[in-house]
Amino acid sequence: MKSFIAERSRVAPMDRANVDTDLIIPKQFLKSIRRSGFGPHLFDDLRYMDEGYPGQDCSRRPQNPDFPLNQARYQGAGILLARENFGCGSSREHAPWALEDHGFRCLIAPSFADIFYNNCFKNGILPIVLDAAIVDTLFEQMYATEGYELTVDLEAQQVTTPTGEVYEFEVDEFRRHCLLKGLDDIGLTLEDGAAIRAYEQAARERSPWLFDVIK
Amino acid sequence: MAGQTLYDKLWRDHVVVQRDDGSAIIYIDRHLIHEVTSPQAFEGLRLAGRSLWRRDANLATPDHNVPTEQVERSGGVAAIADPISRLQVQTLDDNCRDYDIVEFEINDRRQGIVHVVGPEQGATLPGMTVVCGDSHTSTHGALGALAHGIGTSEVEHVLATQCLIQQKMKNMLVRIDGALQTGVTAKDVVLAVIGAIGTAGGSGYAIEFGGEVVRNMSMEGRMTMCNMSIEAGARMGMVAVDDTTLAYVKGRTFAPRGAMWDRAVAAWRDLHSDADAVFDRVVELRGEDIKPQVTWGTSPEMVLPIDGHLPDPASIDSPTRRAAVERALEYMGLQPGTAITAIRPDRVFIGSCTNSRIEDLRAAAAVVRGRRVAASVKQALVVPGSGEVKKQAEAEGLDRVFLDAGMEWREPGCSMCLAMNADKLGAGEHCASTSNRNFEGRQGFGGRTHLVSPAMAAAAAVAGHFVDVRDWQEEQV
Repeated sequence: MKSFIAERSRVAPMDRANVDTDLIIPKQFLKSIRRSGFGPHLFDDLRYMDEGYPGQDCSRRPQNPDFPLNQARYQGAGILLARENFGCGSSREHAPWALEDHGFRCLIAPSFADIFYNNCFKNGILPIVLDAAIVDTLFEQMYATEGYELTVDLEAQQVTTPTGEVYEFEVDEFRRHCLLKGLDDIGLTLEDGAAIRAYEQAARERSPWLFDVIK
Repeated sequence: MAGQTLYDKLWRDHVVVQRDDGSAIIYIDRHLIHEVTSPQAFEGLRLAGRSLWRRDANLATPDHNVPTEQVERSGGVAAIADPISRLQVQTLDDNCRDYDIVEFEINDRRQGIVHVVGPEQGATLPGMTVVCGDSHTSTHGALGALAHGIGTSEVEHVLATQCLIQQKMKNMLVRIDGALQTGVTAKDVVLAVIGAIGTAGGSGYAIEFGGEVVRNMSMEGRMTMCNMSIEAGARMGMVAVDDTTLAYVKGRTFAPRGAMWDRAVAAWRDLHSDADAVFDRVVELRGEDIKPQVTWGTSPEMVLPIDGHLPDPASIDSPTRRAAVERALEYMGLQPGTAITAIRPDRVFIGSCTNSRIEDLRAAAAVVRGRRVAASVKQALVVPGSGEVKKQAEAEGLDRVFLDAGMEWREPGCSMCLAMNADKLGAGEHCASTSNRNFEGRQGFGGRTHLVSPAMAAAAAVAGHFVDVRDWQEEQV
């Protein structure tokens, strides 16, 4: 996994509440057995005027000019500014894969859906929760300033605006550690292999009906 | 010290390592696998040269992509017309063969929607931790299990370690006391709950459903409620174990038997919240107050009782909320103030992990028996949740009831709930659907979903518009 330490980047908006994972990456693209290549289909239903299908050449499709990601001022953005409950709905990890593939390494919103939030950390994406009033302010500044950029520092747990306002954010210590180091958490868990074996042995004695039944 | 909630007990029983930073390694008893969220996990295992930690904890079945038409289905995987879907289902078969995982393949009679299959086979049991790369894994909490959806990275994590790294959630009790009116079902109750707390209301919580209404509810009903916990924002929903749970589990294929059954039951009897347990949040509803529910918008919280009228954005103060309602009305092609009963579905879908069990099909059949689908309805699909449900329904003659009414009787799978196979809505079409999500494009590009109970979907199919199934039942008398 790619690490995330600090990043200064252009900000793009996704200005609506309850953005669901079907909207982030529609289901027809979930048929892929690969982990990459979802970026051109990020927000597919909103971004293009036609219905997308897997494997097509998106450069020839009619774009929706009203959709921010199609507008020149938001090109190259690495930070997505969003509203409440971003990423609700299904557990599809294709949603963070699509965001990451498009170039978003950081998301800022007043709240995220639980499963999506967790999936982000597994893919080198930092989801930052800030107070709704602060997010409102950031939206206003972003709309008012072409090329608006934010600096995000995971080490210091701070978001800094171009005019110098600093907003602190909280993040779970284990997730922060893994993201800063780009750690593979399967490897970390396997370091506790002896504890897992010991747990299994005790569970097998306590609740034997949980073992050796599906075969 | 205060007593423990059901969630506290399930968590406590599965902690392998509690770390100082608040995270914990949690043991996973059962891992369910389907074709959509697993291929990249198996690929990850191969790339890292890792093997399965515990083969017999896994059970797989294809459900999202499988065709439901008899003709296409009869030829098995090779006959799936869409080559990308075919490859995904084939990849599941290949991975299960390579890793020696038990799979109910496409035309196995035990195949079906993974959340119907797990409880039906006794593969998910009370007291278990159950995960699957699918957010509706919350369904299994109805058995008194700790069950939730995970992403593909965590699918890989479970395959490799039989564990997950978790943070403990807060506790929420949703208590519904009193009694339901005739014609009001678990689906209406859970939609009413989502309407009350919102789609993010349960974020950060594990929900326990309790109260008289839930105690008197069948296992199918409890599964419907737990299934849609995620639509209230909670990854997991659960119900305490009682005699209803035990009667459901007993005798199922993978359930314990004989002396082992007695031992298990003795342990499962403790799977309820203690009388003095403290919840971080309690939500209370009265069963009598709940009417049949219909969603009108593009989020499950945009729900109204059948006698309701659509909201007027002009009367909403919050700008974010007003914009959401405006956008939803526009997407749905509906005007403010419209009566729910004036909405006319073009298609009807009865199925999905929310409502495709035998009780759901019985409820729908009771409504359409001896009637015909309205001429204005282009298609009414009935898709059983599993091969076992299909067999049972056919033994009861329900397939004939649906076919005689002009409905289609299909092979098991997820079908039009998320339209990954050929079953989908056309742009602009309204659907009365027993599924769980009314998001934009969910059932097909430009499709317009209205979430309802099986009885309400069946009644809408016959009437050609949404009707109050409570009146309908009086008419039948």
